[in-house]
Amino acid sequence: MDKRYTTFDHTADLGIEIYGRDERELFANAAFALFDIMTDVTAVYLKVERDISIEGTGWEDLLVNFLREVLYLFNGEGLSLSSFLVTSLDRTHIRGTVRGEFFDPDRHCLHREIKAVTYHRTEIVKGVHGLTARVICDV
Amino acid sequence: MRVPGMIYSSDRMAGGIGSDESPRQVANVAHLPGIINYSFAMPDMHWGYGFPIGGVAAFDTTEGVISPGGVGYDINCGVRVMTTGITRADIGGKLNDLVTALFQNIPSGVGSTGKLKLSLKEERRVLRDGARWAVENGYGSPEDLVTTEDGGSMEGADPACLSDRALDRGRAQLGTLGSGNHFLEVEVVDEIFDEEAARAFGLEKGRIAVAIHSGSRGLGYQVCDDYLARMVKKIHTLDFPLPDRQLACVYLASNEGKEYYAAMSCAANYAWANRQMLMHWTRETFERALGMSPRTLQMRLLYDVCHNIAKIEEFPVEGRMRRLCVHRKGATRAFPPGHPALPAQYRPVGQPVLIPGDMGTGSYILAGTDRAYTETFGSTCHGAGRVMSRSRAVKVSRKRSIGREMAERGVVVMATGKRTLMEEIPEAYKAVDDVVDVVHRAGISKKVARLKAIGCIKG
Repeated sequence: MDKRYTTFDHTADLGIEIYGRDERELFANAAFALFDIMTDVTAVYLKVERDISIEGTGWEDLLVNFLREVLYLFNGEGLSLSSFLVTSLDRTHIRGTVRGEFFDPDRHCLHREIKAVTYHRTEIVKGVHGLTARVICDV
Repeated sequence: MRVPGMIYSSDRMAGGIGSDESPRQVANVAHLPGIINYSFAMPDMHWGYGFPIGGVAAFDTTEGVISPGGVGYDINCGVRVMTTGITRADIGGKLNDLVTALFQNIPSGVGSTGKLKLSLKEERRVLRDGARWAVENGYGSPEDLVTTEDGGSMEGADPACLSDRALDRGRAQLGTLGSGNHFLEVEVVDEIFDEEAARAFGLEKGRIAVAIHSGSRGLGYQVCDDYLARMVKKIHTLDFPLPDRQLACVYLASNEGKEYYAAMSCAANYAWANRQMLMHWTRETFERALGMSPRTLQMRLLYDVCHNIAKIEEFPVEGRMRRLCVHRKGATRAFPPGHPALPAQYRPVGQPVLIPGDMGTGSYILAGTDRAYTETFGSTCHGAGRVMSRSRAVKVSRKRSIGREMAERGVVVMATGKRTLMEEIPEAYKAVDDVVDVVHRAGISKKVARLKAIGCIKG
């Protein structure tokens, strides 16, 4: 599967459809999608590393909580991320390492803002080619 | 559904109803425990998370719930309008300079950070005292607080209920406009509909006014996000079914309900301090850019309203007064003449209601009515209401110069992000005239004046 994600319209908001061959790839691609939409991920050096460990009550809930966490790293701490490694994953827990650097307005551009990842209509569907997830973001 | 839904609209606007999921959201809200009378939606209704935007619902304080989705991410997003003593002619050829100076002096744009760095101790004061903190620290005068909803400070705000993340985000961003639909607009009073109320509000045809639309920035988002996650985690413990996870809520009387209310109040206070500071810098900028004294400019705060909030207020229900928790998500308080919450000068005519239009259109000033008090828990519409998604708006405006189109309409626009201008094109919104007509004809507020934009800065 070549495409990691696409976006779709949702009135005042932004929908993201994410693809992955398995859950690990799906989660990593979802985090990538957030940063690819907001920033130019190719301009980000891997200078800073953060380990994350997040819980959820099921796959959908876990996905939203994971995305809320990586979005906080950007909106709250100014970390522009471009590498997302999932080290362990089950339906209630994800561990991983994310890498990037602090956002520098002189070198990095901001395409658009994502303000929040919502729980609204989150879904993960299994298809012939793998998994598809849909999340709605407040922009 | 525990109560019926009620959507305010008109034949002209009704065609748009049902084009998104917002009517279903009005119905979902009607399922929540403790809801009183109706689940309301104002004519600027559009799809939101959990509650529709434009939604109003009041809940019993002992048996009812409170929901972060009924307030919104941008807690106390709101508007303030200043009147002035000058006219368009007094600005003369300096309009461009004025807008440029405003653009330079008011920090705006995505993730913009403020001019001051707060200590944690000072931030806690901001969260407890709101606009009062700003005035005590030299941003404006005590009279500004008199004409701010709730005096610019909600009681019961407890900074201990905020996460470190919320506090961190708040420290860096105080005194910033933000991005998206937030703006600062220079306007001219274009038409007066109600002479008596206009006089009481200090509105005179031809005079310049300034509107500021902003909220609680990253702090408010973090508070909503934190509490939503906590409540979603406990959804299975609720003793009633929830039709939508984003509608996650808790009983107001529970510990978590009280904590959310205290945290939300902090974010509301932060937003009031923020708008107070933005207004102070606006006054300074007018003085410098136009070379006029405060005496000539007479920049007086007409009023400040919040349109994303939940508040404990008293209303008559079936013949007796009851304390209710009124959620207004994309809706404005519209208290009637004589209400004790109003400053003395507005008591004969009702509360000023400030309704911003889409970019470069201008604003409406309305007044609260008895009908709103008895029918909609003292609430009315909040703005134009989005009808087109942001990406669609960008698509249709790709080959256009929005700045030039605005200039042709006589509006000088400056924005940090080019994309913001495209997202905010006028056709992305319902016509504010239609929205205001509906609430005027329904009697839940009355038209006082219309203001036309001449200058606009956006994030």
